[in-house]
Amino acid sequence: MRLFLTLLALCAVLFVASLTSGQITAGVSESLAALFARDGLPLSVVMQEIRLPRAILAVMIGASLGMAGAAMQGFLRNPLAEPGLIGVSGSAALGAVLAIQTGLTLVCPLALPLAALTGAVLAVLLILMLAGPRGASITLILAGIAISALAAALTSLVLNLSPNPFAAADIVFWMMGSLADRSFVHVWLALPFMAVGWVLLILSGRGLDALTLGEDAAHAMGINLTRLRLMVVIGTASAVGAATAVAGAIGFVGLVVPHLLRRFVGARPSALLWASALGGAAMVLAADIAVREILPQRDLKLGVLMALVGAPLFLHLIFKTRKEMA
Amino acid sequence: MPALAQPERVVSVNLCTDQLALMLADEGQLVSVSRLAHDPDSSAMVEAALPLPTNGSGAEEVYLLNPDLVVAGTFTDAATVQLLRDLGIRVELFAPARSLDDVPARLRQMGDALGRQAEAEALVADFNARLEALTVTLEPRPRAALYYVNSYTAGDKSLAHDILTVAGFDNISSGLGMGWGGVLALEQLVMLAPDVIIQGRDYPGQARAEDNLTHPALTALPGTLMAGELTDRDWICGTPQVLNAVEDMRALRLSMEPGQ
Repeated sequence: MRLFLTLLALCAVLFVASLTSGQITAGVSESLAALFARDGLPLSVVMQEIRLPRAILAVMIGASLGMAGAAMQGFLRNPLAEPGLIGVSGSAALGAVLAIQTGLTLVCPLALPLAALTGAVLAVLLILMLAGPRGASITLILAGIAISALAAALTSLVLNLSPNPFAAADIVFWMMGSLADRSFVHVWLALPFMAVGWVLLILSGRGLDALTLGEDAAHAMGINLTRLRLMVVIGTASAVGAATAVAGAIGFVGLVVPHLLRRFVGARPSALLWASALGGAAMVLAADIAVREILPQRDLKLGVLMALVGAPLFLHLIFKTRKEMA
Repeated sequence: MPALAQPERVVSVNLCTDQLALMLADEGQLVSVSRLAHDPDSSAMVEAALPLPTNGSGAEEVYLLNPDLVVAGTFTDAATVQLLRDLGIRVELFAPARSLDDVPARLRQMGDALGRQAEAEALVADFNARLEALTVTLEPRPRAALYYVNSYTAGDKSLAHDILTVAGFDNISSGLGMGWGGVLALEQLVMLAPDVIIQGRDYPGQARAEDNLTHPALTALPGTLMAGELTDRDWICGTPQVLNAVEDMRALRLSMEPGQ
């Protein structure tokens, strides 16, 4: 409970900080008042149409990635399983890019999250097939590298083939992710899919707890493993797919956050799910504040910051895994 | 500078030199234009360019056309230019126009390069006369923002700025120290609350980079007119076609008389 309140307070503080950081500087109270003003003044438009959806998206995306990371790690019983690392985000980005480049999104905006979700589902299924439910770290990572590389190559290919001169530059966005100039259109597009994902993942918590005792024990406790697997696959794909569709592939959130919070929840996957959701939201909010404070005019990509924090931790985890194997 | 013999086989590898050469070259003198010259969204002289074969601006392709003069932009790939020069081909570079004053200068430069000085002077006289006729002071001057893909805007040392200014607008990015142009973040654009926003053109195909042109915040300002897209082809090159852009903007300005 204390952890829950601490994380919630952290999210609230970062949410307000996110609302008050940007290219233009205005007083905190003035900005927050403009959030509720109905006067059509420039500051109100900035707060309501640019900063509010951006901060909300940071929370939604961080929660999705954090929770998906915790769920995958619980299900595969492997701390290296993370949507970005094992190619789920990359495949979702490929799906989104295909939907945009084929013009499907012009016909039906929902095609964007749906296509990203499809890409994510395919990637999760491939991972489960290649690495198996009890796959060793090495198999998991190799499968992840292969899927990530393939998805990245196909994304680049599709964007390079586009007649649009700016499409090739979009490669950076899809690989690194950014929340710059997103709007409520994106919030409403992603929210239903994320909500479905959150519900499925939370519901899988009990099964994941049982799974820590081993598959046989879980089975004996009345856990339907096929159903659990389906819930984790669809839940992860839904949450990560929707997040990637609107903000590109943001890596390492699902790796770093569960790793930091695991010790506070007694390594119970069901508790780690919601803790990682809150922690993920805080991490993406913080990163999105940092990209605007470091280089306000340049649209520094979120993935840059995530990798700076996440890559050293990833290396640390690999060393730890190697020691355990030795 | 010694008078050069009039070149007989001229190849252009840049959209803007394509158009200058098409206006000034003698019959048969220009043998190839760049690929963009045939693109109606980019080139203001597609009809004149269509009879000519296009080239992809690569050194190999251009060399095989056996030119005695290549006209290129200063932003043409330096390696291509150097390679052609090493192969003994004369390459004349044209800087992009940064103001309306550059237009007569580019016309004269092309006239000199092609040995068509008299034709160039005639076009310069035409241009100056047309520009003078368009230069009528209008008050008040609405504050206009040019807003392109990736939140790019033209600064006060740009051709687009001159076009806006002559047409009777104040460019919103003046005084932001942007030079040719730069990124005007969506937040900054909204805070400047321009009277009118003129958007860059929509390119074929889709790109996430174009999302900024449809952001809901742009239409949330009650006092800001969204004036649609500009005709890119008339804005990018320092040719007399820029006056078409000035005329378009003048028409927009006249449609915005106070009270409307």
